[in-house]
Amino acid sequence: MHYGGKIITGLVIFLGLVSMPFWFNIGGSFQEPKLELPKDAKICVAPTENMRRNHMKLLNEWRDMALREGKRTYISAKGDKYTISLQNTCMKCHASKEQFCDKCHNAASVTPYCWDCHVPPKEAK
Amino acid sequence: MKQSRRNFLKFAGLSAAGLCLAPATAAMASGGGTSKEGHAVVNSNSLHAKRWAMVIDTRKLNTEEAIEALAETCHHIHNVPTIESDQNIKWMWTGSYGEVFPEQENNFPSEDQEKHKFPLLCNHCEFPSCVRVCPTKATFKRADGIVAMDYHRCIGCRYCMAACPYGSRSFNFMDPRTHLDMDKINTKFPTRMRGVVEKCNFCVERLAVGELPACAEKSGGSIVFGDLQDPDSNVRKALRENFTIRRKPTAGTEPGVYYII
Repeated sequence: MHYGGKIITGLVIFLGLVSMPFWFNIGGSFQEPKLELPKDAKICVAPTENMRRNHMKLLNEWRDMALREGKRTYISAKGDKYTISLQNTCMKCHASKEQFCDKCHNAASVTPYCWDCHVPPKEAK
Repeated sequence: MKQSRRNFLKFAGLSAAGLCLAPATAAMASGGGTSKEGHAVVNSNSLHAKRWAMVIDTRKLNTEEAIEALAETCHHIHNVPTIESDQNIKWMWTGSYGEVFPEQENNFPSEDQEKHKFPLLCNHCEFPSCVRVCPTKATFKRADGIVAMDYHRCIGCRYCMAACPYGSRSFNFMDPRTHLDMDKINTKFPTRMRGVVEKCNFCVERLAVGELPACAEKSGGSIVFGDLQDPDSNVRKALRENFTIRRKPTAGTEPGVYYII
């Protein structure tokens, strides 16, 4: 160990810098975003937990079903019928993109490009 | 007890058999089949055909104003922006006889023919060259003959625009929303984003809910829409009773739009 001292000091500084985010956030707690739930609808096309985890998969499936297979009616596990449409079905209940979609997406720092084409309800441009 | 080779082999065999059975029993326990999960079906009120086609009676529909009115309806319900430049987006537009039928032009046309304007739109070809060249299958031909676009997949390479012999495709050079009045758009239909190619879709979204294409509905009978494969359909009746031509027969794409001259 010719340069032992320098190497070890360098390593300690490097590890300190790399683990900086952890030091900074120690003790803090993550506030789960408070979503505004639909007022006039009680049930979703799938159970809440499933939607929370898999809504993006469902939306991807819906897009292929409607556009590519021409199947535009969704029959849920409960047997209810829904029109397959982000803009006309999902957003009819979740009437506020800012209070519903954006809250989680901002917290998770994901920016899906749905709204580049699909028209969100009135509030946004 | 000391483990003998014989006992070890017996145990290994049993475990292997158990591993093979586990997925099968798990599948049985979950009930199997799709009945418990959500699934999608075709709308019960949707219109069906083996091959959608359009017959345009240019004896009735031949003025700039009449065609513009139809185009306006089409562009409004599909949120097609009007951009005053060569970057304009068009799903339906007009052309003179020579522009529409360049291969069938005569040197001394009739006066009527010289004055008339002809409606143009995507031809929804039997052998669409746009579909053949699309590297991502963003544009595809449906079983009912409609050449559709999946804007989620379009990467904006514009091969389809180069391949289309009819110039039916438009490229979004910029965000179309900057050229749309966002307070007046049709909120039931999406807009497009920058960098995708778009075109007329024979109103698939209207066919799915049992309505005819907007231009056919608004034309007051001068545009007939129906099933080309059904000998009793209104389209076949119109083709039987009138002389019709299609655009650019030498391109070999077999358009689904017929013009009564």
